[in-house]
Amino acid sequence: MEAVLRLTGVTKRFGALLANDAISLSLQRGEVLALLGENGAGKSTLVSIIFGHYVADAGSVDVFGATLPAGDPAAALAAGVGMVHQHFTLADNLTVLENVTLGTEPLWRMRSQIAAARARLTEISSRFGLAVHPDAPVGTLSVGERQRVEILKALYRGARILMLDEPTAVLTPQESERLFATLQQFVASGLAVIFISHKLDEVMAVADRIAVLRAGRLVADVARASTSKAELAIHMVGREIAPAPVRSQRPPGAVVLQLEDVHAAEAGQPPLRGASLSVARGEIVAIAGVAGNGQATLADLLFGLVHASSGSLRLHGVAYSESPRAVIVAGVARVPADRRGLGSIGELSLWENAAVERVRTRQFARAGVLRRAQMRAFGRDLVRRFDVRGPGLPDGSGLDAPAAQLSGGNLQKLILGRALSIERGAADAGRLIVADQPTWGLDVGAVAAIHARLIAAREAGDAVLVISEDLDEIFALADRIAVMNQGRIIETRAASQWTLAELGLAMAERRAA
Amino acid sequence: MRLEARDTVSRAAAIGAPLGAVAVTLAICAVLVRWAGAPVFASFGALLDGGFGSRFAVTETLTRATPLIFTGLAAAVAFRARFFNIGAEGQLYLGALAAVAVGAELGAVTGLPPVVSFIAMIVAAALAGSLWLAIAALLRTRLAVDEVVTTLLTNFVVLLFVSWMLDGPMKDPAAMGWPQSVSLPPELELTKLIERTRLHTGFAVALGCAVAMWAISKFTTFGFEARAVGANAQAARFAGIHVDATVIKTALLSGALAGLAGAVEVAGRTSYVTLDMSPGYGYAGIVVAMLAALHPLAVVPAAIFIAGMFVGADSMSRAVGVPTYIADVIVAVSLLAVLVATQLLRYRIRWR
Repeated sequence: MEAVLRLTGVTKRFGALLANDAISLSLQRGEVLALLGENGAGKSTLVSIIFGHYVADAGSVDVFGATLPAGDPAAALAAGVGMVHQHFTLADNLTVLENVTLGTEPLWRMRSQIAAARARLTEISSRFGLAVHPDAPVGTLSVGERQRVEILKALYRGARILMLDEPTAVLTPQESERLFATLQQFVASGLAVIFISHKLDEVMAVADRIAVLRAGRLVADVARASTSKAELAIHMVGREIAPAPVRSQRPPGAVVLQLEDVHAAEAGQPPLRGASLSVARGEIVAIAGVAGNGQATLADLLFGLVHASSGSLRLHGVAYSESPRAVIVAGVARVPADRRGLGSIGELSLWENAAVERVRTRQFARAGVLRRAQMRAFGRDLVRRFDVRGPGLPDGSGLDAPAAQLSGGNLQKLILGRALSIERGAADAGRLIVADQPTWGLDVGAVAAIHARLIAAREAGDAVLVISEDLDEIFALADRIAVMNQGRIIETRAASQWTLAELGLAMAERRAA
Repeated sequence: MRLEARDTVSRAAAIGAPLGAVAVTLAICAVLVRWAGAPVFASFGALLDGGFGSRFAVTETLTRATPLIFTGLAAAVAFRARFFNIGAEGQLYLGALAAVAVGAELGAVTGLPPVVSFIAMIVAAALAGSLWLAIAALLRTRLAVDEVVTTLLTNFVVLLFVSWMLDGPMKDPAAMGWPQSVSLPPELELTKLIERTRLHTGFAVALGCAVAMWAISKFTTFGFEARAVGANAQAARFAGIHVDATVIKTALLSGALAGLAGAVEVAGRTSYVTLDMSPGYGYAGIVVAMLAALHPLAVVPAAIFIAGMFVGADSMSRAVGVPTYIADVIVAVSLLAVLVATQLLRYRIRWR
């Protein structure tokens, strides 16, 4: 076997964070190598160094025996390295063919070689079974199709090493299966693939060899045949994973949140087009769906950021509030998906962020003057109760540090803690908790902590609505699963009544608008 | 070349950065002084001496600094909330005009005691600045019109309005044809802080305002909300803060401070309005605020520094013949140097 890619001692620091620590690794021709690791383990940094987005502090990258110049994506492309990013880099208003050829043609040639390009694209797409219409505008394609265009783009440029960064994050289970089959075809024809993932199942399904990263270090490099999921999990986390918290079997109580045929539109987001849903006390309802089917608008509606244009939206039987402040006053606990953009104010201190939602209540202000001592005490207490960790926490100067310095998991604990500190409304009616992608991008420890809090809230009689793109999370949390598709809730069943395949089909289903 | 965030900032570096900025400023300006054919050290000596070297120099500098503290606070308060009020110059003139309109007429017409007239004059000036800026704030919150454009361009509208007033309705008939307003009655003028100098009690009022702005920012819900909106308006809105209301309140406060700058100049120094009463105090206030890193208390030393440079440059020019424009260069270079220094404090440059 010949090594097509060889990493030697690649090291990269971001400030205090050692993202890659002397990583040496090689990729053989005709092989799928999975880079496995938790979020933040250094996988994306490593491929970004290979592709030339980042410059390594030390170490070298050799492709087909020649050392790549550092920090030069054009050189990496020319050497045959192709990259499919997690977030697509396509122009929506151009066609598939235009997107694929964009940047490959010299500027000074007046006539583009469109016929030749079309023939080449058609040849590549039929060779690998990547069917897309060359003249379809990219804006009209589904997410799975767009990913195919990204892959075609890399192949069109002559990639012989293809790197895919968390390619299944945006796909339904069926689309993922299809992608895996395509990858098998690639390696059969002599390409090599690096496949980044934090999901054990798909790594075991697709990879020939698995490299596990943990906290920037390469902790395992094993053939798939000689390992197991359990072993990989221990490598990945560095310890045994705590079992999921126990939950009682009990019927849900009174309905807390009720949506009937709700329409809502938000600039730049797919709209809600007649969503109906209910969440009762003592249950967790999870919204499953492929990203971009109206979940973001639903979340913002419940956060008070957008208003319903029609339909009925009720909390404890009364009309839902229409501003963030009123929603907070109504006792809704809110956890947004965008922790840094929406959930926290990075420049303000931890204690200011802890108190910000209720800064005008009598608890934290009198006659327009802040009660800073109360705010600080509240922040300190919250940091303790929710195990928010960082330098100088819980007892040192960390409370005054800007919230931006917290890691994602600890920031999320702070936001969740703030949300759950909102008092339950009058006469113990049960709170509504709305959590949008509550564990997106978090490590296993933080995920477990946040899931435990949500389940504890359910046990205490709260009504919990979780919106998630992570099906593992949905099955771990939900009592009932509702599938969202094109702005509607198309089906709701008890979690035990769904299989993964059925859920995937419902998510992918295309209906007439 | 890339910038990398530093893990920690040592105390020594935090103190050294502004000093380094000053050193770089002096080095760059030394080249220009040399180019003008003057001895470098003697020139800087003359500059320092002219700005801070004598009782007269210090009081002149502080007199010059007084309106700069007000306009600097106006910019700092607004910029903190990411409301970019570039119109302090116009608000200053409107404040001055309102002060004279009320101060010169009210007592004479109604016979009210001077204390009442004085308070009415100050309130009128603050309101004039506030309400004028409120237009830009409402355009921003209601119609998303960029306030940089509106506040900058309405400065010219104000100046033309003032020009018309000074040549028309408010023209002083005793001014022998000069376009200037009637004068304030002497009992409404601010008393001198130090006898036989031009330094007036307006400077003390400016200091009081700086402390008040610091306290508002730190201890009130409004100040907290303004900081939150400035740092991340989306997240502030999510957290239940009324962003638009906060922006409008901020604008009212900022405009009032700029209006006060005009009233204090009239009542403390000129006693009437002319079209050249401000050599760009409104714009210089932006520089003051940036030098102060938008901190209300730091506005005071920043304003004194800039005033000292301008006052000192005048006497340096007389002493060694370097053009007074050197003051503009020093102020501009020091602003850039401080901005670069604060960036380098947070990031280090990696050459790779």
